[in-house]
Amino acid sequence: MLRFVARRLVWMVITLAAISFVTFVVIKLPPGDYTTTVIANAEARGQDIPDSQIAELKRHYGLDKPFLVQYFTWIKGVVLHGDLGQSFAWNQSVASLIGNRVLLSMVLSIASLLFVWAIAFPIGIYSALKQYSGGDYLASFLGFIGMAVPEFMLALVMMYIGFRYFGQSVGGLFSPEYADAAWNLGKLLDLISHLWVPIVVVGVAGTAGLIRITRANLLDELHKPYVATARAKGLPEWKLLLKYPVRMSLSPFFSTVGWLLPGLISGETIVSVVMSLPTSGPLLLGAVKSQDMYLVGSFVLILSTLTVIGTMLSDLALAWWDPRIRTRFQKG
Amino acid sequence: MVQQTEAIAPDTQHEAPPEVVKSLRDHGALPQWRLMWRQFRRHRLALIGLIVLIPIYFMAVFAGFFAPSSADTAHTALPYAPPQRVHISAEHGMFVYGYSSTRNQETFEQTFTVDKSKIVDVGWFVRGDEYSVVGPIKSNIHLIGPTKAGEAFFLVGADQSGRDLLSRLIHGARVSLSIGLVGVFASFLLGMLIGGISGYVGGRVDNIIQRIIEFIMSVPTLPLWMALSAALPGSWGPLTRYFAITVILSLIGWTGLARDVRGRFLSLREEDFVMAARLDGVGRTGIIFGHMVPSFASHIIASISMAVPRMILAETSLSFLGLGLQPPAVSWGVLLEGAQNIRAVATAPWLLTPGLAVVVVVLAMNFVGDGLRDAADPYK
Repeated sequence: MLRFVARRLVWMVITLAAISFVTFVVIKLPPGDYTTTVIANAEARGQDIPDSQIAELKRHYGLDKPFLVQYFTWIKGVVLHGDLGQSFAWNQSVASLIGNRVLLSMVLSIASLLFVWAIAFPIGIYSALKQYSGGDYLASFLGFIGMAVPEFMLALVMMYIGFRYFGQSVGGLFSPEYADAAWNLGKLLDLISHLWVPIVVVGVAGTAGLIRITRANLLDELHKPYVATARAKGLPEWKLLLKYPVRMSLSPFFSTVGWLLPGLISGETIVSVVMSLPTSGPLLLGAVKSQDMYLVGSFVLILSTLTVIGTMLSDLALAWWDPRIRTRFQKG
Repeated sequence: MVQQTEAIAPDTQHEAPPEVVKSLRDHGALPQWRLMWRQFRRHRLALIGLIVLIPIYFMAVFAGFFAPSSADTAHTALPYAPPQRVHISAEHGMFVYGYSSTRNQETFEQTFTVDKSKIVDVGWFVRGDEYSVVGPIKSNIHLIGPTKAGEAFFLVGADQSGRDLLSRLIHGARVSLSIGLVGVFASFLLGMLIGGISGYVGGRVDNIIQRIIEFIMSVPTLPLWMALSAALPGSWGPLTRYFAITVILSLIGWTGLARDVRGRFLSLREEDFVMAARLDGVGRTGIIFGHMVPSFASHIIASISMAVPRMILAETSLSFLGLGLQPPAVSWGVLLEGAQNIRAVATAPWLLTPGLAVVVVVLAMNFVGDGLRDAADPYK
């Protein structure tokens, strides 16, 4: 097991290095750089920036150095000092800008993950056990709809309903009176009362997918000989189901984190833009539009890092949960 | 799968009893695509999905004819005009009532009321905006529209510049529906190539490719898409941008397909018929394209059909954020960008109809994909 953990850790570090490099390449793809935006903005205001000042700007931000030097300067700062660089547009250190937002993004994504699990497993198990019943058809149908509705569309409809029929805005994470307040119990309760809408919106697509997976897995297990054996032995039906096939079919509980979490973070990004939540989504969108390269890079880096860590944790949990996988790892 | 066909294929050397021949003709002797179609037809929802999709694609191809006006014809005096209802009377035939608008003096909000004194005659096959049918062939006949060209005719309402939402919806379908197909074609090429190499060569190459795929899958797609599409120069024309977006979507979307192809290759590599072909001296390309690809083509078609709706959703999301296609290009995502403001949606809920179109199309495609997946293995 220890060897497995070590191997996963090494692999994770390689992945993260690759992510950081790809991110940086992507950020450097657009023709021009941040100074282009500055010049464009100045021209829009009818001003003219002298060339010497532009060169000064480039030197200040290190944009005149070769690509690899820029990359290594950045990544060295990240690894050694936790310094993510400067946001050009905000003129602040990236870390101070995004700390709280990434935290809220993570809270939202993990809460959505828990929501997806809590809803998808009971429904998936139910529709497998009662295959072709009315409830099964209803679950399948809702599942299909859940996969077909884009997250932002659902967010828009929820906001429309809230605005139209309840006369309140469902956007944001805090009521106005708490928005700038320091953290206290009231603010926490206020956050929870606002958080459920985005959680539901973000989680719907994942729930739909997971219901189908759970159902298919459990259906495969239900027809295996060991179930028949247990039944023939006279084990009570509920005990038999919970102890063997349901336990087997719960593996996706862990193994799906790998694809569920990136999906939830993507969903969270766009839903936050629509509902103007103070998470990473809106800031990322703005940064992408103004090519604020260190800000965009840091977002992609942090979100991917957290996803990769989450995936690794789920792999470990899966090894702990499923003896078959554990033995395979011990051999390898 | 292939072994089974061979096992029950009619044996030419020995005469089989007539009842066996009959049952073979009913099952094993049918070509595979006929068997697949049989299986597919049994999947009710898939059939419904297909029936929904065919007219929608037909409408998208002949968008100019089916849309009452061009995508850009604007009635600037009628922003956010509500949908009109078609009335039929003996006196006027088919008609809609016109609008009269008043501006609220306090809020400056424009409100529309149905003005029963203004009657706009509506007819079938009327002349209106000119459009191109195929290339240089032009026409100005529209399926339905106001008989007097240029009058406001909003069956689904108007957008913020007073453009007919229905016309824009039909024109936008061209981009939204085709981007899924083009994008999936691109990721299909990538997936086939890379997945095929991975599965056929195996060993270290396979290991490296699998790690790369895992890497791409572990990155949250939307932030990456956002970053990539922001890298597109704003000066690019709509067509270049369209293809650039397609490439971006397929650069990340090929991984699932590559995994599928690889899995099939791995399992087929050990099959007896591949070994037989190899012993017969068939070359590598011959084995791959002559023997292996045909036997898993149906599975690949099924997974492709599941990838198309994902592409459509991705384009819609990107355009909605203002990072995909840009106006004046029309796609459902671009149309939905106008619905970003919740106040606009509250006054004009019909702005959400492009979203409804997306949901219907994606739902139908998922059903068809589900049916294809079941049908891919007709011998089961």
